[in-house]
Amino acid sequence: MTHNHDTAAVHHVHRDDVGARMGMWLFLFTEVLLFGGLFLIYAVYRFQYADQFRIAGLELNTGIGALNTIILLSSSLTVALSITALQKGNKFLSLVFLYATQVFAVLFMINKYFEWSAKISHGIFPGSEEMLNKHNGEILFYGLYYIMTGLHGLHVIIGMIIIGVVMVFIKNDKITSESYVKLENAGLYWHLVDLIWIFLFPLFYLIQ
Amino acid sequence: MESNHKSHPGYVSYIIVWVALLALTSITVTIAGINLGNYTLIIAMLIAAIKSMLVINIFMHIKYEDAIFKVFLALSGLTLLIIFILTFFDFIYR
Repeated sequence: MTHNHDTAAVHHVHRDDVGARMGMWLFLFTEVLLFGGLFLIYAVYRFQYADQFRIAGLELNTGIGALNTIILLSSSLTVALSITALQKGNKFLSLVFLYATQVFAVLFMINKYFEWSAKISHGIFPGSEEMLNKHNGEILFYGLYYIMTGLHGLHVIIGMIIIGVVMVFIKNDKITSESYVKLENAGLYWHLVDLIWIFLFPLFYLIQ
Repeated sequence: MESNHKSHPGYVSYIIVWVALLALTSITVTIAGINLGNYTLIIAMLIAAIKSMLVINIFMHIKYEDAIFKVFLALSGLTLLIIFILTFFDFIYR
């Protein structure tokens, strides 16, 4: 009797991984629209102030931008690898890959910190006296630079928290090789952060 | 249960995609150093689009998802495109 009851309970566990992933994708579309609005503002003002955007863009450090691109692409790789590792039942390796992702994320934020503090120490920040003496196009460029890379950086921090929670879940066997949609969804969020950077990098750091 | 488990690419294909993404990054940085005038932006956006297709299809598993995921993705991309086109019509012919 008890055995039959247990089997019945197992069969009635409500679980829909496809639905869970679809929900995550729908959320990601709202994120795309959020950043899309900012990209739209960028596009319009870049066409209006093409020369001033170029002058302002030359001030940005292409090296740091390229390094951060490599770091984020690598962090996306380790997230993808951690899902494969867990699917193969290797809990330890999966955690190692997620740990690597966190290290990459910290490196990204450290670079961002040095980049922003260098700009701020040169007096380039919204509302500074140095900024107000510049042309409208340059003010707009740096305003968008701080808003867009800032919002992106906020997403990196949120992604780190989510991956941290997922790591605890894997440790406690709340996420297993049989049920890992939470890890997949955390990965989807992280890849979106990577996707946005793929467009931010050429638009801000590669203007010539 | 069958639909909850999808076959995904293994370690090797992820690493191949990662190498391709790094190669595309170095190409886009190199091209930005050459003076190509207005084509620079178009080429940079084209490379960024190729990179995002790789990330979306392989890393984000869209290639292996049901068709409805692809429909949703196309719809959201189309929405964004329409917003851009309408805004630029207003901007250019104002």
